[in-house]
Amino acid sequence: MKHAFTAAAVVAAAFALAFLVLPVLALFLRVPPGDLVHALGTSAARDALVVSIKTSAIAHAAVLLVGTPAAYVIGRGRFRGRTLLLSLIELPLVLPPAVAGIALLVTFGRLGLLGGALDAVGVRLSFTQAAVILAVAFVESPLYLRGAIASFESVDGALLDAARTLRARPFRVFARVALPLAAGGLGAASALALARGFGEFGATLLFAGSLQGVTQTLPLAVYAQFEVNLDTALAIGAVFVCFGIVVLLALKLIPGWTRSVSLWTFRSASSPSA
Amino acid sequence: MDPLRLSLDVPLREFALRVELAVGREVVALVGPSGAGKTTLLRAIAGLQPARGRISVDGDSWLDSAQGLELPAEERSVGLVFQDYALFPHLSVRKNVEFGRKGHAGLLDRFRLTALADAKPRELSGGERQRVALARALAPDPAVLLLDEPLAALDAHTRGEVRTELQRLLRDAHRPTLVVTHDFEDAATLATRVGVLVEGRLRQLGSPAELVASPSDPFVASLTGANVLPTGELIRSTDLAEGDAVAIVYPWEVTLSRSLPDDSAQNHIAGVVESLVPVGNRVRARVGPLTAEVTADSAERLDLRVGGRAVASFKATATKLLSQGP
Repeated sequence: MKHAFTAAAVVAAAFALAFLVLPVLALFLRVPPGDLVHALGTSAARDALVVSIKTSAIAHAAVLLVGTPAAYVIGRGRFRGRTLLLSLIELPLVLPPAVAGIALLVTFGRLGLLGGALDAVGVRLSFTQAAVILAVAFVESPLYLRGAIASFESVDGALLDAARTLRARPFRVFARVALPLAAGGLGAASALALARGFGEFGATLLFAGSLQGVTQTLPLAVYAQFEVNLDTALAIGAVFVCFGIVVLLALKLIPGWTRSVSLWTFRSASSPSA
Repeated sequence: MDPLRLSLDVPLREFALRVELAVGREVVALVGPSGAGKTTLLRAIAGLQPARGRISVDGDSWLDSAQGLELPAEERSVGLVFQDYALFPHLSVRKNVEFGRKGHAGLLDRFRLTALADAKPRELSGGERQRVALARALAPDPAVLLLDEPLAALDAHTRGEVRTELQRLLRDAHRPTLVVTHDFEDAATLATRVGVLVEGRLRQLGSPAELVASPSDPFVASLTGANVLPTGELIRSTDLAEGDAVAIVYPWEVTLSRSLPDDSAQNHIAGVVESLVPVGNRVRARVGPLTAEVTADSAERLDLRVGGRAVASFKATATKLLSQGP
């Protein structure tokens, strides 16, 4: 019986692996590699690549710049309502991206919550590149914040206290002690958030639309090219596979990152993620 | 006027820490059981823990609740050696020492750290880590030095050596120094005065010799290593005490024999030998309710064995009586 079970389990593992890997392989097998590279040269793919890189870079920089000090304050702070705050931060993670897109629309859109105020100062967001940046930042920031908060939480408080008794002012405690010690976890969180933002589809489509060269990012281009030129859609898919492999390898191979990922991905294993 | 003067009131979970203390350019050790508030006291002085009361150092006020003054930690001139040392793991020895103040080359030399300057803390032994922690704390030339259990993180076999060196380094530092420890022997070695802290209050403050010679209560006596015996059974003593009292006798005043001896000792307790622990050239033996310290020679001559029987004897003149607390 024991052997029969072991055999069955091995078959199950092989089946699961094939189920996950085969579709990814199929992306590359349908069209010869040369044609894939060629298909990336179409204007739709090139435009989408530029839009994606530009919006992702700006959104990610903003998330790191604002998110890192925010995560430090939340991670090291002891205040009432902290658990509630953490849950609120994670809320966008469990929302379907389409809901996030509508939420952004009714907040920053022309008729939205802040639309009037933005309109008054001459800012129109929806269906512009700025809207893409907002959508990407909105979906990736909870992922970064959650990882960064966990990283700052895991820094030994005695080290921060030690820095204070050595006359370090708050910024120096942050920059010289907390930041370097949390760096591994921050790097891992940053990579995961970047990957999530790069692949963002639903929120971008609803809030920013899919206008080639303006708001059409790579995932949107896959959808748009699907009916026009399947080769281009497949080529973009291949780009995502390569990018995903790079991110995962980085998470596994960069020493500081490895430890931090296991630190908090398990904690979040039960929540649906991107 | 003593450089460090404090009068603190810190509410803790189970009791309040209330301590008044004046420390000159000397080393004062605070001993007590864990949870007595020793670490809290150090953290309050360093400004890492909110407290009420007053702290003044060389006439400068760090804390004065009545005036609404409470300097943050980074504005107090204090060096704190943390339990487990809290060295920055990502910085070299030199960077650790220079964190509070740069360009103090002599310090690495004085603490025998020059050869280790580029090593990371994880590559160091316990004794070396302690020297880095102390050098780092002293680098900004703090007005007050605080050490939290500086010997607790060390192996038993390096402890004695490190303790002797620490004693020298603390004397050389020549500034108000508070050392927290749970070990009376460490306290007696490092400090000129020892304070016994129990449940947030200073029970007794004096030189190690004073604490041994006249402990204020049974707890202080047992902390200094004395046997504390209830006087339910008859114990002869030349001392006087009122009310319920306990008898205090130090291990080195207790002699051991195989059978009831015919000597001048007036107190005898026969019992089973429960443990034998060699301490240097002496043996610490537990016989019934008593701890006796005898030479290794006499332990051998008496053929002491765990589980065997022995008679512990001590003189009436070596037996002090202490009134039980209220």
